[in-house]
Amino acid sequence: MSHHTTPDKKFWTPANILTAIILAIGLVLTVKRFTMGIGSVTNLSDDNPWGIWIGFDLLCGVALAAGGYTTSAAVYLFGMKKYHSAVRPAITTAFLGYAFVVFALLYDLGRYYRLPYPLTIYPGPTSFLFEVGLCVALYLTVLAIEFSPAVWETLRWKKLRHLAHSLTLLLTIFGVILSTLHQSSLGGLYLIAPSKLHPLWYSPYLALFFFISSIPAGLSMVIFEGGLSHKFLHHKMDETHIEEAPGVTLGFAKAAAVVLFGYFNLKWIGVAIDDNWHYLATGWGAWFLVEVIGFVLVPCLMYAVAAREKNQKLAFWASIVTVAGIVLNRLNISLVAFNWQLPTEFRYIPSWEEIMITVFIVTLEITVLRFCLSKLPILHEHPEFKGAH
Amino acid sequence: MEFMTYHDFMFWTKGMAYVGMGLGLAAFVAFWLFLTERDEDRFADKEEE
Repeated sequence: MSHHTTPDKKFWTPANILTAIILAIGLVLTVKRFTMGIGSVTNLSDDNPWGIWIGFDLLCGVALAAGGYTTSAAVYLFGMKKYHSAVRPAITTAFLGYAFVVFALLYDLGRYYRLPYPLTIYPGPTSFLFEVGLCVALYLTVLAIEFSPAVWETLRWKKLRHLAHSLTLLLTIFGVILSTLHQSSLGGLYLIAPSKLHPLWYSPYLALFFFISSIPAGLSMVIFEGGLSHKFLHHKMDETHIEEAPGVTLGFAKAAAVVLFGYFNLKWIGVAIDDNWHYLATGWGAWFLVEVIGFVLVPCLMYAVAAREKNQKLAFWASIVTVAGIVLNRLNISLVAFNWQLPTEFRYIPSWEEIMITVFIVTLEITVLRFCLSKLPILHEHPEFKGAH
Repeated sequence: MEFMTYHDFMFWTKGMAYVGMGLGLAAFVAFWLFLTERDEDRFADKEEE
């Protein structure tokens, strides 16, 4: 099998050296944040209490980890078995994505040991934030169990592997319910701020927008990572994964095209329902059009042409534009168009240390993902468990 | 647009939203036909074979 032949590579490659430098700087900043307080490393204020750690690490992290529920729902709930080889990589990405969302949240919270407080000591069940916290905690548990068979197979713990595998359908249903709830609730968090968020981005449908856009975000991440795996981890993939990859890319491209088309229409319904047409003639309107046309309609058409022409390369590029569009949308809502009426000197611009900690967390996640993909049976089946999925 | 009453506002915005939905649904049919056109060709080829 092709994945047994690991190419001989030296460890200190330029990429690994860069990774080591980023991780070292990140560790120093981590010590600074947890010993000297949040003010020592951030530009956060009472006007802008949520910065890039929430806008990027949390909002984008959760949206881009949606590949887990979309892929497992397609395979186990809708019976699309031809995408089965995509489930494990998608679940792995989702699990690590959510784990690092929680990890990044600890930097914002500071007192990390109080993480369970909203669920135990001070529950606020009427709050969107409570719902997000509860759903993320439960869904991270679901993803951990869904991810665990890869670990049990490597350790050859057959009983635990069998137990986790027997729960697949139940966990998939639970995962879809939880994802529907918290993906939308993240948008719902901003419903409380109609006077702070620019009217073009504020909408009573924010929760719906966040949920709908998470679907192409997840599908695009599966396509994007599939393309990267094919290029850089080809030697780890078995025949089944290699053969099914084009079908996964083109099938997901078609699904993403359809959902992006619906999302594009909904965005205009959002403008119409609040009569925000006149804002389109302003600078903010131009920026809104860049997002909605450049990063929703354009990738939608790219995906449609890719699926129609069976063009995998175009689907890969469409996935990059879609992911960029989701990141742009979440950053627009949480940072750019938030507090849009404040004078420039009161606007939030993240400090280099905040950005560096975000880079550190993303680098750490990619490092762990690389480790998992190279050491665990994710891009190939374990020889002792062939066809046991 | 200037609105004299809340009814005017709701009438206009809801009306625009419904028009948008109608146009969106009609556009979706065209989009779907574009998206799946080659799939139908593929099946037609198979039937001919």
